[in-house]
Amino acid sequence: MNDVVQNADDRSGAVKAAGVSITDLRKSYGSNEVLKGISLEVKPGEVVCLIGPSGSGKSTLLRCVNLLEQPNVGSVHVGGFEATDPDVDIDKMRRKVGMVFQQFNLFPHLSALGNCTISQTKVLKRSQADASAVAMRNLERVGLGHLSDRFPDELSGGQQQRVAIARALSMDPELMLFDEPTSALDPETVGDVLAVMRNLAKEGMTMLVVTHEMGFAREVADRVVFMDGGVVVEEGVAEQVISAPTHARTKEFLRRVLDPTHIDIAE
Amino acid sequence: MAMTARQRARVSLYVQAGIFVVAMVALILATDWETISTSVFNFGKIGPMFPDIILVGLKNTLIYTALGFMVGLSGGLLLALMKLSSFPLYRWLATGYIEFFRGIPALLVFIAFGYGVPLAFGVSWNVTVVAMISLGMVAAAYIAETLRAGLQAVPKGQMEAARSLGMPQWRAMISIVIPQAFRIVLPPLTNEVILLTKDSSLIYVLGLTASQYELTKFGRDGISSLGAGLTPLLVAGAFYLVITIPLSLLARKFESRSARTKR
Ligand SMILES: Nc1ncnc2c1ncn2[C@@H]1O[C@H](COP(=O)(O)OP(=O)(O)OP(=O)(O)O)[C@@H](O)[C@H]1O
Ligand SMILES: [Mg+2]
Repeated sequence: MNDVVQNADDRSGAVKAAGVSITDLRKSYGSNEVLKGISLEVKPGEVVCLIGPSGSGKSTLLRCVNLLEQPNVGSVHVGGFEATDPDVDIDKMRRKVGMVFQQFNLFPHLSALGNCTISQTKVLKRSQADASAVAMRNLERVGLGHLSDRFPDELSGGQQQRVAIARALSMDPELMLFDEPTSALDPETVGDVLAVMRNLAKEGMTMLVVTHEMGFAREVADRVVFMDGGVVVEEGVAEQVISAPTHARTKEFLRRVLDPTHIDIAE
Repeated sequence: MAMTARQRARVSLYVQAGIFVVAMVALILATDWETISTSVFNFGKIGPMFPDIILVGLKNTLIYTALGFMVGLSGGLLLALMKLSSFPLYRWLATGYIEFFRGIPALLVFIAFGYGVPLAFGVSWNVTVVAMISLGMVAAAYIAETLRAGLQAVPKGQMEAARSLGMPQWRAMISIVIPQAFRIVLPPLTNEVILLTKDSSLIYVLGLTASQYELTKFGRDGISSLGAGLTPLLVAGAFYLVITIPLSLLARKFESRSARTKR
């Protein structure tokens, strides 16, 4: 069941991919409604980039997909799971969903290899040898096979984020969530992380990516979704949303993000 | 005429040194050297304390402390987890326990478990068990607060990352959060051991047989039997330092190590 299965998608994939379907999702913190009825479909193997100004609810939406936040209303389906079903086995559902955080959140007391094996051995009950083999394969996949013994504080930001991706991949997820994976990185290491993500997309992984990297979105994303104020304002083919947005708010946002004199906002 | 900053600093240094010299001279003049050498620093007569103060006293102090620490650490971890629990009753119980045992003298706990509980329930405990339970229950209260702070100092993202990898809450606690919390609390935990080492002397209230003597009891006995005044207590004190100073150094080492890994 955890074997890497060839995907019968149009991509040259080596990944078993699941789709996501979000219906009328609402989330409030106290009286502050952060998500005001979001519906979003991501097909298996599709790459969707979420863009939008700070505070628009992008992180909250992503965190509702793997239930780090409990939505108030609406439903989330991931693969065969209804995540929002009160009886769902959350831990089983989360194994299908890899998450990559802005701040990496690597386990500092474990080596790169240990980060990638711990959940395999403790959750999937794989043997140490099997887990190590899977971990090494994924560390090599992100170009870090040679640094598997390093601890997180001995790695650069970009390397840490790639270990975090390898860690998520080691659980054989069918969907990957990325929350601004390059926002905390030095500019010169951003490219390495984006390259890994680009490869993952090519392999056919379903990806939901919050990012301000418009170049990446344009090149890799099948679709771009623009959120503002807790609603989806505009969505469509990446090239079209980024180059020819129809809504005023999207235009304004993209103008600020793409204008080099406003690079501080784009960070 | 105004002084420069450097001149002022030098004058301040001279004043401090002067105060120290005057204080030392006064102390030396006021001291009764005759009495001191017979009843405080009378090392000629302490021979009979050896080797038992080491083979029995030091050994028992270490045993009582180690057992108390084991109980204190497990109890403290349980209390810390209770204090962070989402179930209010657990939080109240833990808070009540911690406030109670931190608020009363450890001596009362020894008396309660040494005399009160055996009397009330008709059980008879040996001294080692009483020491283990009494020290452990007091230590648990202090260690609980230390561990709670340590658990809360582990960034929230660690739990989220672990849960995202499919770990259940308890597994994430055991494999990810608690190991990091222990690293954070290693220095304060070492200090708890130092306090515990000293508190183990309170076992004297129970009336010990010779094989149960720990360091302080050896010191007190020596006062009445050796005719060297307080010298035996000084010897006992020195053995406590033999235990606690290395622990202090260890704590400092942990501190500098965790400062380095945090960067
Ligand atoms: N745990 C929380 N408690 C209360 N309010 C929250 C919480 N998490 C997020 N919010 C609020 O929800 C809103 C949306 O936050 P969210 O992090 O989803 O935005 P975002 O689009 O990811 O922004 P950014 O680009 O800055 O990361 C913000 O107004 C934020 O203050
Ligand atoms: Mg965010």
